[in-house]
Amino acid sequence: MTPFDAKRPLQLNDQGQLRHFLSLDGLPRELLTEILDTADSFLEVGARAVKKVPLLRGKTVCNVFFENSTRTRTTFELAAQRLSADVISLNVSTSSTSKGETLFDTLRNLEAMAADMFVVRHSDSGAAHFIAEHVCPDVAVINGGDGRHAHPTQGMLDMLTIRRHKGSFENLSVAIVGDILHSRVARSDMLALKALGCPDIRVIGPKTLIPVGIEQYGVKVYTDLAEGLKDVDVVIMLRLQRERMAGGLLPSEGEFYRLFGLTTARLAGAKPDAIVMHPGPINRGVEIESAVADGQHSVILNQVTYGIAVRMAVLSMAMSGQNAQRLLDLENAL
Amino acid sequence: MSISILGARVIDPSSGLDTITDLHLENGRIVALGAAPAGFSPSRTIQADGLVAAPGLVDLDVSLREPGYSRKGNIASETRAAVAGGVTSLCCPPQTRPVLDTSAVAELVLDRAREAGNSKVYPIGALTKGLEGEQLAELVALRDTGCVAFGNGLKEIPNNRTLARALEYAATFDLTVVFHSQDRDLSHGGLAHEGAMASFLGLPGIPESAETVALARNLLLVEQTGVRAHFTQITSARGARLIAQAQELGLPVTADVALYQLILTDEALRDFSSLYHVQPPLRTAADRDGLREAVKSGVIQAISSHHQPHERDAKLAPFGATEPGISSVELLLPLAMTLVEDGLLDLPTLLARLTTGPAQALRLPAGELKVGGAADLVLFDPKASTVAGEQWLSRGENCPFIGHCLPSAVRYTLVDGHVCHEA
Repeated sequence: MTPFDAKRPLQLNDQGQLRHFLSLDGLPRELLTEILDTADSFLEVGARAVKKVPLLRGKTVCNVFFENSTRTRTTFELAAQRLSADVISLNVSTSSTSKGETLFDTLRNLEAMAADMFVVRHSDSGAAHFIAEHVCPDVAVINGGDGRHAHPTQGMLDMLTIRRHKGSFENLSVAIVGDILHSRVARSDMLALKALGCPDIRVIGPKTLIPVGIEQYGVKVYTDLAEGLKDVDVVIMLRLQRERMAGGLLPSEGEFYRLFGLTTARLAGAKPDAIVMHPGPINRGVEIESAVADGQHSVILNQVTYGIAVRMAVLSMAMSGQNAQRLLDLENAL
Repeated sequence: MSISILGARVIDPSSGLDTITDLHLENGRIVALGAAPAGFSPSRTIQADGLVAAPGLVDLDVSLREPGYSRKGNIASETRAAVAGGVTSLCCPPQTRPVLDTSAVAELVLDRAREAGNSKVYPIGALTKGLEGEQLAELVALRDTGCVAFGNGLKEIPNNRTLARALEYAATFDLTVVFHSQDRDLSHGGLAHEGAMASFLGLPGIPESAETVALARNLLLVEQTGVRAHFTQITSARGARLIAQAQELGLPVTADVALYQLILTDEALRDFSSLYHVQPPLRTAADRDGLREAVKSGVIQAISSHHQPHERDAKLAPFGATEPGISSVELLLPLAMTLVEDGLLDLPTLLARLTTGPAQALRLPAGELKVGGAADLVLFDPKASTVAGEQWLSRGENCPFIGHCLPSAVRYTLVDGHVCHEA
């Protein structure tokens, strides 16, 4: 007896194109490269006087955020608008769920309003998978962050940032520093770096913030910042949430900063042309020194710009893959 | 009503019997093995060539959901499902609404079970009132109503002194305590085994130590108080080793495992399928193998379904928001037969873990075939197969095995000489 059914990857259509964007798990390198190439071409759109292309004209993109977000939601809105889509943004945490409506019903209602695409952020790991599999498989679902599990557009915008500054991934050393345990960004970054062929991925943090079995991602674990940063090309800092001080994960922000905060002096151990990234919002003086965040190595604001292009790429590709699948299903039904 | 069952391979693990012979039943009892008594004229004859006849299976944990959770199941539906799985005696846990902590609730369960007329039901009473872990339930009154053991489910008694006293009180009256060993703090907020898979999925983990820490403490308190103890739903290889060590030291403790823990691992969570959301969680392949070995050696003497039926909506949400549990009592025999198919156990050993093992653990009058004893039997075809879900009697729509082709097929289940299930 085999307890598991082999099934087509949920986020791909029959032709292997993206139809949802839920996680970077299982996506081939070619597809990730295609996203990056497409995003590169959209970067030019952002630089134009008229920042619009008509790829999603007549389509409705629905941003459904069950968790607060400013940056991610805004960049998704901008991305959809630049593709000429109609955009609705809902902050659901403050509306239906407080009246007892389930996630299932909320999404079904939005689907009934003829939405073509959902961008979803939710505090439960696996929420985007659930929606794509059980709620509305015919609407393209884009994961805007689910619990600790994945934040695939952030992962891809981080990759675009690295590629634009470093050219390729083949000879890079990349360090991810801080609260890996609670970070969906770290998980998506690790998967993306691995898939794109980065040979040296390091994670740095205290054992309380490193998930068990993280070696499966093909990463090396360091508990000493100086050792972990030695000669790296890229440093990705993670946000440390204040509530991590409860429950014995860390003694204090001060001690964390002393051990794992990125300062100019510590950054000197990395390669001279190393870049510093951060998914934001940053905590100055907690995980990163202001001089580093605003310094010449920092590409933190470039990440935001690239984020719009990456999200345009993912939205347009998923919409086209979903449309192709609908046509295929129609033909098969005839 | 009298029945003759002719030509079956009769296996009784309690006596070591394994032979092709006839069985004769009358007035709910087994009246003869082999030749019929003089003048016996059966009102029904079952030609059982090629079938195995064994004591009806004994399942130590079947949630019947009644009273209080009728949208998930009820006593009639779940005991009907149980007999389809070959189960003639089952224990139901105290997590009902209201909690099974008074004789009134116990009586209601027993009455409904008798009315349903399927498998026999032996309630496990709450160790503490409302399962709150503070005040003892009226254990002796519950025993007198028919509760066979007492437990607090996964809701640990938070205060060690209260726990020690509860065990001392139970020991006074030679009551059996059923331990779910999962430390409240170490498992707090957890959704999956703390390991590579949970890390990958970003699900909060429940470390192995949640089980072993609680288990070690419980074993020490059992030793101190001398209470009769059964450890249920062991999930880790190290947990099974702790049980083995205690048994080697002469502590009379017994243990069971959920059948699905012998089949599935946390790999099953890969696509966030909520059907595999169970508490305590599915663990690693090494744990599964350790549990299998413990079942083979007899350290774990009972295999149970740990049946937890749910309505569809309970599983229709993101993983962390779903309710844990698998509905599988009606597949108990065919699912368990995969252990024979895999070469882990021979058929008599498997049947021992499903009959005498659990019956002895909680001192149930079940799990054996003897002349004069109750005619609780299962007849199954070991060469046939069962497509899981082809018929489905449980209210629970939460079974991950649906659609799988499983070895063997239950043909007849008899309780007190009545054919309760026939297929």
